[in-house]
Amino acid sequence: MIELRGLTKRYGDKTAVDHLTFSVQPGMVTGFLGPNGAGKSTTMRMMLGLDSPTSGDVHIDGKRYDQLRDPLNYIGALLEAKAVHGGRSAYNHLLCMAQSNNIPKKRISTVLDLVGLSDVAKKRPKGFSLGMGQRLGIAAALLGDPKILMFDEPVNGLDPEGIHWIRNLMKHLASEGRTVFVSSHLMSEMALTAEHLVVIGRGKLLADTSMADFIAKNSRTFVRVRTPQPERMRDVLGSVGVMPVFEQDGGMQVEGIEPARIGELAAWYQVVLHELSPQKASLEEAFMQLTAESVEYHAQDQTSPQGAPQRGGPQQGGWQQQGAPQQGGPQQGGWQQGGPQQGGPQQGGPQQGGPQQGGWQPDHGGNPPRKRR
Amino acid sequence: MPHTTRVLRSEWTKIRSVRSTLWTLATALVVTVGLSAVFCALTASQFDNLGERQQATFDATQTSFSGSVLGQLAMIAFGVMVVSSEYSTGMIRSSLAAVPQRTVFLAAKIFVATMLVLVVGMITSFLAFFVGQALLGENSVSIQDEGVLRAVLGGGVYMTLLALFAMGISFVLRSPLLAFAILMPFFFLISNILTGVSATKDYAQYLPDQAGKTLTAVVPESLNRPYGPYEGLLIMVAWTVAALIAGWIVLKRRDA
Ligand SMILES: Nc1ncnc2c1ncn2[C@@H]1O[C@H](COP(=O)(O)OP(=O)(O)OP(=O)(O)O)[C@@H](O)[C@H]1O
Ligand SMILES: [Mg+2]
Repeated sequence: MIELRGLTKRYGDKTAVDHLTFSVQPGMVTGFLGPNGAGKSTTMRMMLGLDSPTSGDVHIDGKRYDQLRDPLNYIGALLEAKAVHGGRSAYNHLLCMAQSNNIPKKRISTVLDLVGLSDVAKKRPKGFSLGMGQRLGIAAALLGDPKILMFDEPVNGLDPEGIHWIRNLMKHLASEGRTVFVSSHLMSEMALTAEHLVVIGRGKLLADTSMADFIAKNSRTFVRVRTPQPERMRDVLGSVGVMPVFEQDGGMQVEGIEPARIGELAAWYQVVLHELSPQKASLEEAFMQLTAESVEYHAQDQTSPQGAPQRGGPQQGGWQQQGAPQQGGPQQGGWQQGGPQQGGPQQGGPQQGGPQQGGWQPDHGGNPPRKRR
Repeated sequence: MPHTTRVLRSEWTKIRSVRSTLWTLATALVVTVGLSAVFCALTASQFDNLGERQQATFDATQTSFSGSVLGQLAMIAFGVMVVSSEYSTGMIRSSLAAVPQRTVFLAAKIFVATMLVLVVGMITSFLAFFVGQALLGENSVSIQDEGVLRAVLGGGVYMTLLALFAMGISFVLRSPLLAFAILMPFFFLISNILTGVSATKDYAQYLPDQAGKTLTAVVPESLNRPYGPYEGLLIMVAWTVAALIAGWIVLKRRDA
């Protein structure tokens, strides 16, 4: 078992790993997910004692890594970057690691067979393909027949056959009762292999949950409804026995009723709708949503995916109004004067934007910087 | 088998299984012996044309090791490669994952490399001596003459210490490019220039290679240093120990 307690790593004033506390259990594959730069590799290097934490610690079966004598017999790791001398044959690479850790020589041919590199055992890894290099790294990880295995993005750059092989290998290792800890930034990949999930973003722990729970919570269909009259809409839906769930940005998620029926109800009760869209949250979307705020390097394109919470909505308008005093400037005043529909009857609710407000929204689509023209 | 012995065996496997080991050590030997032989042959043919003072302070032993001015660079290259290739290839992560006791790792690596360089250095030094003396003819000396055996053994020690110094520096610098860019010009040019210029000579003669040279000299006047061979050895050892301690501190402190 691997236990992390308050594990933190700072590079200058950048915090790459931020007070991570979780444990990795034996007998299953634990997926370690996070967008690029989330701190997965840094965490794994700290687990192996390669990088020293700024604070906090990692224990492997109750010991610090550098307290392990012959650690390859406890834990084997495939790291992100190649950790092999290109000029030393695959066999000799494994030999020098086996010798220092008291691993019998015959394990070398066993693991080389296992990863399918027996034919190139005497060849230098300099000429290996990406997949072969990855297999050599896995052979090294398996060398000491360890109870704990760690793989940093093992499927990176592999062909479908290689991916399939690694997936089965990991499942097999876990079924033997080992602890398998695998990092990835692909939720779909993890959904196929991992039983447990640890999600981080910007070094912070975002989720530590079983895969089954994550799927149950996140893969479902619902209808997103946006309206300037959310209270009324809730009552309307309530009258047919449906309870909407309010989202943080003011949209509502409605389950158990067809979009067409919602539209009809809204029309009948004269509720203004700004959005009525059937949604199917894929795991990938759920993951993106979870990590959205923490994504380190956004693509330049400001458009966020459909249904993502950043999307402008009435509540967003409310936010902008709230933000107005601080942002207050001549432009803001100009906008308020310029907006002819301002101060309509619906303005009543202090935070709820009126429909006109909402009508204004699409132009400025929840994109605050654009306001300052 | 005790842990340290196993790590030593592992480091021996590492060192013998890469080509750069053979190349650098073979180059050190061939260049030192070959170049020394050329110098000796030239000296033998030109001896009568030398000035009186030069003839009086002629050091046959040192002349037969004079090819080390180039050969030592290959020894330095060996030291740099043994250490910095761990970093440039990423192997260091596998190494430290296998042996997280960093002091043991460093000690084992340095010990194995030192034993190897010592053997090659001694062979080089003795070979260069005997080939050189054969070519020097009537100006040659015998290994039994006073101070000669010490100087020839000193040649092997000199090369070993230089390689060790390079290993210590490489543990500090990590990058092979940086280590080469600093060590090569330093030992090939800068140290010699600084010692040659009178303004800096007083200080430059205490540089590691300059101090070590006294170890390989039999006629002290040929170098004209204010210290003898054993003080020279101590100075060079002090430099080497300092470099290794610096390397050890960096290895202990920094992330791999
Ligand atoms: N040696 C270092 N010096 C400075 N910053 C670093 C160093 N190593 C990592 N970082 C920073 O720490 C953060 C986390 O990096 P890390 O490589 O752990 O992320 P990751 O989750 O593995 O990302 P990816 O999915 O791209 O592999 C990044 O912002 C990175 O720039
Ligand atoms: Mg990474």
